[in-house]
Amino acid sequence: MDPIGTHSLDFFSEGDGVYSKSASRALGNRFLSTLCITLSLLTMVPLLSIIYLVLKNGLPLLKWSVFTGLPPAAGMTGGGFGNAVVGTLVMVGLGLVLAAPLGILSAIYINEYSPVGRLAQAVRLVAKLLTGIPSIICGVFAFAVVVSTSGSFSAYAGGVALAVLMLPTILLTSEQALLGVQSAYREASYGLGATKFQTIIRIVLPDALPAIMTGIMLAVARAAGETAPLIFTALFSQYWAKSLGEPTASLSVLIYNFSTVPFPYQVQMAWTASLVLVAFVTAANIAAQLAFAKKH
Amino acid sequence: MPTFMQEDKNSPSSASREFPEASAPGRPDFLSVKNFNFFYGKKQALFDVSMDIPEKQVTAFIGPSGCGKSTLLRNFNRMNELIDGVNYTGDIKLLGRSIYDPAIEVIALRRSIGIVFQKSNPFPKSIYENVVYGLRIAGRNKKAELDEAVERSLRGAALWDEVKDRLHESALGLSGGQMQRLCIARAIANRPKVLLMDEPCSALDPIATVKVEELISQLTEEFTIVIVTHNMQQATRCSDRTAFFYLGKLIEYDTTHKVFSNPSQKQTEDYITGRFG
Repeated sequence: MDPIGTHSLDFFSEGDGVYSKSASRALGNRFLSTLCITLSLLTMVPLLSIIYLVLKNGLPLLKWSVFTGLPPAAGMTGGGFGNAVVGTLVMVGLGLVLAAPLGILSAIYINEYSPVGRLAQAVRLVAKLLTGIPSIICGVFAFAVVVSTSGSFSAYAGGVALAVLMLPTILLTSEQALLGVQSAYREASYGLGATKFQTIIRIVLPDALPAIMTGIMLAVARAAGETAPLIFTALFSQYWAKSLGEPTASLSVLIYNFSTVPFPYQVQMAWTASLVLVAFVTAANIAAQLAFAKKH
Repeated sequence: MPTFMQEDKNSPSSASREFPEASAPGRPDFLSVKNFNFFYGKKQALFDVSMDIPEKQVTAFIGPSGCGKSTLLRNFNRMNELIDGVNYTGDIKLLGRSIYDPAIEVIALRRSIGIVFQKSNPFPKSIYENVVYGLRIAGRNKKAELDEAVERSLRGAALWDEVKDRLHESALGLSGGQMQRLCIARAIANRPKVLLMDEPCSALDPIATVKVEELISQLTEEFTIVIVTHNMQQATRCSDRTAFFYLGKLIEYDTTHKVFSNPSQKQTEDYITGRFG
């Protein structure tokens, strides 16, 4: 038999080269790659369909007046949800005012002052546990602490609930941000005669800032969309808020309320509010990605 | 004039918080180590080291990896205290005054004893801000003073001509050798009495190394230099005195010429002839 002969012809007649001599192995290969590609495309379906539906149903009513008008009464048309937009922004802002300093300063403590201490370990553990707490529990907590003691539903209560929600995210991402600062910078700073405080303020924080801002934006994006913490803390309101101590409208609660009523205009309004909310959350996430990418 | 440079010749018994001005040129015990033992937790890294380092000369620490030379160097400005669980016995004195004197602030000590690290670590700031960092943290923010310090330090580090037109650009845009010279400029901006250099050229290419070595000999006009080096040729080129360390002990300490041409200890001879290392 020709030593080069029929064997080499076998090699060249298969499509996949020398190593895959059996047709079934080639088929298996192709099946797996096709499966992976298909499933990857499938994961985009939920997001794309949400965006599509929200755009399709929400765009018709999207006009400037939705930001300036107030929610229409049952059965009425016109108006908007300006108070809900303002309410969401205000309560997320309140939550940030509480959660950001707490989270960032705690992260500074556990990373710069006492990385291996018992308190630091406890704080890390508690923060990780907090990330798993259902958002409605944050609402219950704020209800007990703010609403019951003050006697009324308020933006303060909503803000506190959102703060509890945002705190673990801000703390843990800030800790990661601080860990990402090269220890060589700290060494150089100490070597020049700086105190720990000066090193943190002048070198560590500025370098960690983009990553900290990313964490904050992610926390904001999540908090803006939460309904459960607000349902029985800030409740809802048909009017512009005159103070922070009274029930306050929010986008998420408005969507919740309006989507279940039997009035088609209100349902339509809920879609438009969803569009606004999705746009805000997406913008916050994209901004966070861009800020993070700029650093790395 | 910064307070830490003011004269205080009776310092050992006074409650002064700063170091005295050098009293005589060429003082042989400018920096002195007395029976110094150092521990990382339970592990002893330095065994009964005693030596006097003379003023305005270059003293090189040589020895194989893990022999304790960097450990000793980093004790001079108490950088090792940043690590948890370290301990020491014995003493280290600058100009006759213990660096562990409780009346002295560690941050003032570190302004008097500057350090340049093996891998250059300029801050992610402009060249200008890097050089003046040590001054700013000491509370000196007057533009005229900072401008003068920047030019003086960058000239002292042989970097001025290369960067004078881009002082406000990021320091991270410099080449490796330039970054190391920037770190030297940053350290000497504080006008330290001693400049510690921990293998300053090991991360540099040969041309940058030559530039830094030339710089070292110029710097001794103003500073006392202690340099840790793996490179024995560098020690012979750059230093006046050489200390050979092995396994945490000071084996031999003499003029560079003597250590390399006629060492008195066999271990020294074995190391410099390459029998181990």
